[in-house]
Amino acid sequence: MGLAKRIIPCLDVTAGRVVKGVNFVELKDAGDPVEIARRYDDQGADELTFLDITASSDDRGLILHIIESVAAQVFIPLTVGGGVRSVEDVRRLLNAGADKVSINTSAVQNPQLVADASGRYGAQCIVVAVDAKRVTRNGPLRWEVYTHGGRKATGLDAVEWGKKMQALGAGEILLTSMDRDGTRIGFDLELTSAFSSALDIPVIASGGVGNLDHLADGVTIGHADAVLAASIFHYGEYTVRQAKERMAQRGIEVRL
Amino acid sequence: MTIDIAVIDYGMGNLRSVSKAIEHVAPGRKVVVTGNPDDVAAADRVVFPGQGAMPDCMREMDARGLRSALLAAARDKPFLGICIGLQMLFEHSEEGDTPGLGLLPGVVRRFPAARMVNAQGEKLKVPHMGWNEVMQVMAHPLWQGIADGSRFYFVHSYYPEPADPGLVAGWSDYPFRFACAAARGNVFAVQFHPEKSHTAGLQLLSNFVAWQPVVHAVPNSGAATTS
Repeated sequence: MGLAKRIIPCLDVTAGRVVKGVNFVELKDAGDPVEIARRYDDQGADELTFLDITASSDDRGLILHIIESVAAQVFIPLTVGGGVRSVEDVRRLLNAGADKVSINTSAVQNPQLVADASGRYGAQCIVVAVDAKRVTRNGPLRWEVYTHGGRKATGLDAVEWGKKMQALGAGEILLTSMDRDGTRIGFDLELTSAFSSALDIPVIASGGVGNLDHLADGVTIGHADAVLAASIFHYGEYTVRQAKERMAQRGIEVRL
Repeated sequence: MTIDIAVIDYGMGNLRSVSKAIEHVAPGRKVVVTGNPDDVAAADRVVFPGQGAMPDCMREMDARGLRSALLAAARDKPFLGICIGLQMLFEHSEEGDTPGLGLLPGVVRRFPAARMVNAQGEKLKVPHMGWNEVMQVMAHPLWQGIADGSRFYFVHSYYPEPADPGLVAGWSDYPFRFACAAARGNVFAVQFHPEKSHTAGLQLLSNFVAWQPVVHAVPNSGAATTS
């Protein structure tokens, strides 16, 4: 027995509400973030991730209030990402009650931000989010990094990018398959496995979960350290506890 | 000003989680997040958290003139170290080859890359991040109401190696056994984060707030006595 594999419900937040999209578009309302966070906490979630997907800066301040409310009631690790552009943004989120901050687009635009934030606050609170998409050209299987919520190709090789982020001080990678996000057909297990074997820091698999076996596959086949899902939990299809029970049945060590 | 519980702030990272969790288990008590040595001296109890790199933590602690106030508090007040706050109590850390406060005998080591493989031959990641089991190896008031083997939330790349086995209050495995809790007299220190460890963590914090340790006349006797 030892370290448990983590299940992390993800709450995409915009305008103060939790929403869920398909392939990063077509947003549907899923409820009040504080209420949802408490429900997942009661069900035994190991951590919670909030992604501020607000396109404009209009509602940016709302996420700070939400994090403050959640942090006063929920005593498990909270990760917040979306629109983090500076060390000052990291500081504000940590002060609001986030335990980790996830950096995505800004890490590509300014990799030094990852080094600076990690140097200032420690690698344990810096997550780099990588949105990866399969390169369909012939040749060996590889993935490209996308930014701006999946709208912009960068030309960067995803695995090489992950290694660079680790070297700069990322404490963890949140790895989302853009091909699978919202499809409910399971993680891109080859992508997950490629990252997990290339990196020494923990990898969170994300994108594509449609049933509980997908979560277990992420660990047993993808070798993920943690698995993240949104829609299967938001609409009451499955509870976090059911997910853990299934993973335990599949021989995975979980916190029950 | 009377302070029930001082949470030591030396500018390293986020203390909101720690103070919120303590406020949650200690309603009506005055909890102050402070970097002022006078507040540390005035407080009934001291919580010493920490995040980031140990060299920075030691430097920032000294820059605020907190060293002697902390050493004094660790002599005669209920004192809880968390994460780097535990590591700083030992004599030395491999992280940046940094001397610690030397309050507890022993050193702090990095998880060695060569040993980070489990019994199934799988690579183990560093930082050690997530919920791991804590084996209680000492009866202690701070473990009260917490089942042996309960999981707590960890996130760290370095671990303590106490020179005196009598200091070890808890073990964890990753993939080898390491001390994740140390205790001596009025000092209790944990590598994990009770403030992020759900009901088990809140119980530990609640136990700390209620703890009435017997204070040693000779603080560095090395005795593992607890009240």
